This record gives sequence, structure tokens and C-alpha cells, in this order.
Amino acid sequence: MSPLAASRAPTREGFISHVGRRSIETGRAFADVRTWLPLLTGQMRRLGVDSVPIALFIAVFTGIVLSLLSSYIFTGTVPLYFVGALVGKTIMMELGPVLTGMALAGRVGASIAAELGTMKVTEQVDALETLAYDRYSYLVVPRVLAAALMFPVVTAFAVAVGVASGWLTAINLLDLSSAEFLKGLKLFYQFKDIWFGLVKSASFGAAVALMGCLRGLDAKGGAEGVGQATTRAVVLGCEAILVLDAFWALVLL
Amino acid sequence: MIVLENLSKSFGDRGVLQGLSLEIPDGQNTVVIGPSGSGKSVTLKLIVGLLEPDAGRVAVDDATVHELDREELAALRGRIGYVFQFAALFDSMTVAENIRLGLARRGYDEADIGARIEESLAVVDLSGTGDKFPAELSGGMRKRVGIARAIALKPRYILYDEPTTGLDPITAAVMDQLIMRTRDLGVTGLVVTHDMRSAFTVGDRVAMLHDGTIRQVGSVDQIQASHDPVVRQFIEGRPSPTIIEPAVRRSAG
Repeated sequence: MSPLAASRAPTREGFISHVGRRSIETGRAFADVRTWLPLLTGQMRRLGVDSVPIALFIAVFTGIVLSLLSSYIFTGTVPLYFVGALVGKTIMMELGPVLTGMALAGRVGASIAAELGTMKVTEQVDALETLAYDRYSYLVVPRVLAAALMFPVVTAFAVAVGVASGWLTAINLLDLSSAEFLKGLKLFYQFKDIWFGLVKSASFGAAVALMGCLRGLDAKGGAEGVGQATTRAVVLGCEAILVLDAFWALVLL
Repeated sequence: MIVLENLSKSFGDRGVLQGLSLEIPDGQNTVVIGPSGSGKSVTLKLIVGLLEPDAGRVAVDDATVHELDREELAALRGRIGYVFQFAALFDSMTVAENIRLGLARRGYDEADIGARIEESLAVVDLSGTGDKFPAELSGGMRKRVGIARAIALKPRYILYDEPTTGLDPITAAVMDQLIMRTRDLGVTGLVVTHDMRSAFTVGDRVAMLHDGTIRQVGSVDQIQASHDPVVRQFIEGRPSPTIIEPAVRRSAG
């Protein structure tokens, strides 16, 4: 396929083949290390480090709710130290990666789509190409790679904070000691719990950033087109997270 | 030399170019005039490979643009400067960074890059504005930065997309002088515009684009003396009766 055909906006082709074609273009652009490598750290800071506060905010309240909810479910039926098991297992394997992914789909996906959409409708993307830069190497790869690398880091912080807030809730609001909570936490713990969540979150990051980039680069018209691209990027990012979540559960569990 | 051979390009059902042929000789400014929506900007994008023709051929220095692979296309774009209608400056970068981007791509060392930035800003009378962001500049200054970004690369060709549109008469005259100054530096220019004063000032040759093809091409004197009713109507700015009469009837109630 000629590079020109690859850069055209979708017309009649189906959305899946469109995303597939653009994903192949992105994969090809990974070889252009000279272009994307200098941009990577800036994107990692922007997409990752700047997302930590919102991820931690969500994690704190998730830990509190999970602790209270599991106590409510277990009281009178199961020993309360199982609160630690449920909080730990659920946050590490599911809620940590998925809720963080969803929050970042809103923040990161929308931010990327709006930025690239604005660049597209103001001809900045065309200008980039006339300066002999490839749009995928310069715009897409550093964002996708940064998100794939930083989502697991943000998720790891969120998991740690979520478990800690669950523990603080348990020892302060429930009739549970630290020792009991930790006993439950260790009860079913496997190292896989950690890497399973982190692998998932890396794939969530790549998907969210890719959807943001592709929707942004397909933006047409003016402000309305950018708005539509942003909305679609967030929706598609969230859908991609749910599909990937099920995929990893099928493959790795 | 740039050669356009029997070019056709449609968007959906709308045929914009229908068999356009034109030669752009070296060392001259060729101006393409025509009404809004007649395909002038599309022609420029076909030349630089941002669009692919449905039929026909664009040859730059004997190379057919839409048959080039990615690296060859990047090399071709290195020889063509493109001044966008609304400048298309990267709004997250300063003026100097906008100019630096293309130079860095070509692997110049820092000293060369700094010198070329200063030199190109001096050519467009914007010395000292390197630290400003595009949002801090007027429309005319942004367009001049667009020219500085193009000439910094010392291209063989420069394509100007409506360089004087939206500018006050003084700033438009300054733009015309810059275009002629660039031609005097040995750069081949292709200017698309519907500003007749500008066209007759900067053009060595003028081509009239009408109904997707070249209606007439010749020197400024030949175009000004043209007896072709379509050319005369356009250069004299006389609306077509098919446009005027219905509008008059509507306004008369």
C-alpha cells in the first residue's frame, strides 16, 4: 500500500479494517526509532505521571468501599480476615487495572484525541508531513508506547494505595486488626496477581492511546469534528478495555 | 520541474479536478488563479503527496509522486517547501522550534540550525520573534513565519496556498515582496490565490483553473489581455448572472 493511501481518512471501509490498517501503520512506524525515541519521555510524563493523582483518588475510595462491602458480605458467614483477601485480590487483579484504565481512558484518550484532532483540522498534521515526518512515527508511536509503559506504573501505585486504604478502613472502621487483614491478604496471594494486573494495564494503555490517536487523526471539520473525535476516542477506549479485560481473563486465568 | 499530467481527483461524488495538466517551469513563480473550491489547494496537496490522484500523474524532477515509497516521498518533501493558507504552525512550539523541526529532521548540527533560524527569520523581517508562540503573533506574522519555516530548508520549490488571503493590503503587499524575494533566491514558486492584485504582482506565469482543468495559461500580460469570457469575468471580479439575478430577486422579495 502506498504511503498516501495509508494516510487517507476512512470512507467506505469498515471500522475494524480501518483500525487494523492504522494499527499496522503504527507497527511499521516503530522501526523509525530516530523520530519517536526523543519524544517518548515527554509523553511518559504527560500521559503517565500527570495521571497519578486521578488514579490514586479513585484507588482510595475503591479500597474503602471494597473493605466495607466485603465486611458486609462476610459478617456472620465467613471469618472477617477474608476482607483482606477480597480487597487484595480484587484490587490487584481487576479493579486496580480496570478502574485506572477507565479513568485514564477519559483523561489520556480524550487529551490525545483533542490534541491530534485539532492538529488535523488546522493542517498541522499535513505541515508535519511536508517537513518529511511520518505522522505515525511522530505522533502515534510515542503516545502508544508511553501509555503502554506508564499505565502499569500508574496502576501499581493505584493498587498499593487501594490496598492501603482498604487496610486503613478495616482497622479503623471494622472490627479487624492489622494482623488479621494481612493474614487475609496473604491467604490466596500469588505473584501472578501482580503481573496479571500489570500486563492487562499495559494493553489497556496501548489501546486507549491508539484509539485516541486514530480518532484524532480522523477528525474532520472544525471544533465539532474534534469534539466528536474526542467522544468517540473515550467510548472506544473504554470498550477496548472491557474487551481486553475479558480476553486476558480467558487467556491467562 | 513540476509537471501535472491529466490529473483527476474527486471527493465523493464531487469531481474537483478533471484532467488538469500544467507545467511549472524552474526559477519562476507560476500562479494558479480560480474561484474558491475550484481545486487549487487540492492541486498543491497532490504535488507534495498529501493526496493521491484518482487518475493522471504528478511528476517532480521526473519522479512520479504517488509511486514513491515512504523514504523517497520524505526525500521529495525535503525539496519542497509548503506555506499553508492559515500558516499551520505548531501551536505548542515557539517560532524558533517551528523552524527547527524541519532542520532537525535533515540532521543539521545545532550551530547550523541556530544560524538558519536567524537567517530565515531575518528574510521575513521577523528577527527577534523566535521565542514567541504562534498565538502571540498576528495573522500576517504567522504567515511570514510559515514562509520562514519553508525557506529555512532551502527548498527547490515552494508551494504557497492563498498567501495573502485575510491580510490587510499592506501586509499582503509585504507577502508579495517576500514571494518575489524568494523567487530571486532561485526558488521555483507555485502560488494558488484568488487575489488578482497579488497574482499579477508575483506571477511570471498565470494559469486559470476552471471546472477542474486549466482554462488558460500565459504571462501576466497575456492573461490581462485575455478575451476568454470566463477568464475576463474572474479577473474583473464580475459575478455570473446566474448567481446575481436569483440573489437580486430574493432580496427584492
